Amino acid sequence: MDAILSYVPLIAKGTGITVSLAVTSCLLATLLGALGAAGKLSDSRFAAAIAGAYTSIVRGIPDLVLLLLVYFGGQRLVNISAQALGLESADLSKFWAGVLAIGFIYGAYLSETFRGAYMTIPPSQIEAAKSLGLHNLQIFWLVVLPQLMRFALPGYANVFQVLVKSTAVVSIIGLEDLVGLTNDIGKTLRQPFTFFAIAFVIFLCITWVSQRLFYWMERRYALQGHDAV
Amino acid sequence: MRFELVLQHWPQLLLGVWYTLHLTFMALAIGFCIALPCGIALAQKVKWVSPFIRAYVYAFRGTPLLVQTFLIYYGLSQFEFVRESWAWYFLRDAWWCALFAFSLNSGAYATEIIRGAVETTPKGEIESAVSLGLSPLQVDWLVLIPSSLRRALPQYGNEVVFMLHGSVVASVITIQDILGVARTINAKYYLAYEGFLTAAVLYMIITYGLIQVFRYLEFRYLKHLNIHVAEADMHLAHGRI
Amino acid sequence: MKKLFTSAFAVASIASSAMAAELDICVEGAYPPFSETATDGSVVGFDIDIANALCASMGNTCTMVKTDWDGIIPALVEGKCDAIIASMTITEERKQVIDFTEKYYATAASFIGKEGMKVEDLKRVGVQRGTTHQNFMEGEFPDVELVLYGTQDEVYLDLQAGRIDASMADSLAQQEGFLNTDAGVGYAAIGDTYFDLKYHGAAGIGVRQEDTELRDGFTAAIAAIRASGEYDTIMKKYFDIDIWGE
Repeated sequence: MDAILSYVPLIAKGTGITVSLAVTSCLLATLLGALGAAGKLSDSRFAAAIAGAYTSIVRGIPDLVLLLLVYFGGQRLVNISAQALGLESADLSKFWAGVLAIGFIYGAYLSETFRGAYMTIPPSQIEAAKSLGLHNLQIFWLVVLPQLMRFALPGYANVFQVLVKSTAVVSIIGLEDLVGLTNDIGKTLRQPFTFFAIAFVIFLCITWVSQRLFYWMERRYALQGHDAV
Repeated sequence: MRFELVLQHWPQLLLGVWYTLHLTFMALAIGFCIALPCGIALAQKVKWVSPFIRAYVYAFRGTPLLVQTFLIYYGLSQFEFVRESWAWYFLRDAWWCALFAFSLNSGAYATEIIRGAVETTPKGEIESAVSLGLSPLQVDWLVLIPSSLRRALPQYGNEVVFMLHGSVVASVITIQDILGVARTINAKYYLAYEGFLTAAVLYMIITYGLIQVFRYLEFRYLKHLNIHVAEADMHLAHGRI
Repeated sequence: MKKLFTSAFAVASIASSAMAAELDICVEGAYPPFSETATDGSVVGFDIDIANALCASMGNTCTMVKTDWDGIIPALVEGKCDAIIASMTITEERKQVIDFTEKYYATAASFIGKEGMKVEDLKRVGVQRGTTHQNFMEGEFPDVELVLYGTQDEVYLDLQAGRIDASMADSLAQQEGFLNTDAGVGYAAIGDTYFDLKYHGAAGIGVRQEDTELRDGFTAAIAAIRASGEYDTIMKKYFDIDIWGE
């Protein structure tokens, strides 16, 4: 038991890495999702085609495969581009390879979520705003965005939950996150069940906390008496 | 770019494709068998079992498939009593461990899908079935289930693709599925990415094939709802976990 | 005059600091006792001690970069590290991609399994993916079912679980890393040791093919620590026998 307790700080550190990986990837995914949705909704056929290609391709590849591609192949890409630009090459760390891979994949899912949310906004509201003389940026900020948040939140929460669990695969390229650490420690001490069970429980906690967080956010953004939350 | 090295190994890649498909579909099938009774039980709020089913669904949807697989493959083998029991005949083999983990995982997600579909069954359908004099069991079997399964089709299509993508975890516990073969080839020739790119392409082809199959199924079975099939693209459920 | 002198000095010190450069060394961290991960996450073992000794001898500062075995050669080629010190066997196959220094030890391979087993009984054998042991098994024992693992530690785990009949790897690593530990009770080496030049070789330090200066620097440093006795000190810390080999 003491042996297990002595590992608590290390496991805590690993959990921190898992959570920061999830949050960082989610930020990238949100950015890519917004761009993707904008692309699909835009009038430009070119933008729509690129956004469409992005989502189709990325959703056809398993997360682990894309991660391995990014981590092993990505370094070569970075090196080649750096050489071409005459700069010193940067090291693509395991953490950032994970962020890129996971962010890319879930950006595709979020682009669908955002697009669906946007299309739920009654077009009459946008027409009304236009007829009031508001220009596009104002319309986006005052009319579209608040409602986008409301409508996208359930789907966004869902994607985040899946994303958090997806971060586990980054342990396979050696990142010392929660799964990676419990894996190493469990194997070294020859007690894999104990440590994987710890990882299991911690993930349940992370899921529970993020559920509560999103539930609170949905309540905050819901219209009084309107949305059944 | 040394793809010839990868393509030389096409027999192993083909075998890998077979393992991937086999594992994926068996896990989906077993998961479905788990999910149908569990989903209906949850939707109809059956007394004693509901808390257990909810706990199972929460546990397996709230944790990564990788951790679940590790727990079963490495974790269970830690215990003497497991190694000496009848279960060891199965758990000894990476294949069965993977199937066990994947089935439980798929079962949890499918339970939620079926539960959602059953709960949104139009009351009118049930009422008319009951008024026709059908027994509760007949109502379930002849009306509720077919109707729910139709409604569940788009989300279940998602689940099929997720299971396919999730199956890559098998390569981490020594199974030579598509990714397993790709990693072996990469390691053998010290390639950086050729094997993985090949694997990615294979997964994309299979995914695309599955999406087409589900589009066809949705078109056939959801014709009455006139769902715009092009819109019913792969998107995650917008419901809660 | 003073300016010329200071600038010459500056150039000279830049040139020499290029020699006293920082080196990143790829290590594995999953191959006891040569390389394993300690509880605080750092990598320790024979390989690491040798790496530090060599670096000190060459006047460089070295940082250990823990890398998965599967990606260790691509990591070197892509510049994630400058050398591989991970008990990597020098083989012709690998020489096509990277270059090696002279050896820093040489040991033979063997099977380990439950006490009393014989080589003829082996049906399922586990090896680490991408090693000379995998090639050896595929070449010399093609009828045996080969199970591939990412690390040697995973092979030990499944050996204990009874999923494989034996493990084929470096005899010394298995001796110190498994047989001599608590987990290794009831297990022993099976059959003889193998050292077939077709598959096996000595362990060397991997460097990129264009880094000939670094390669020679390491080779010289190996000779230096052999001469000074530092090599023996490190070796005795982990092993009872001489692992330098022929």
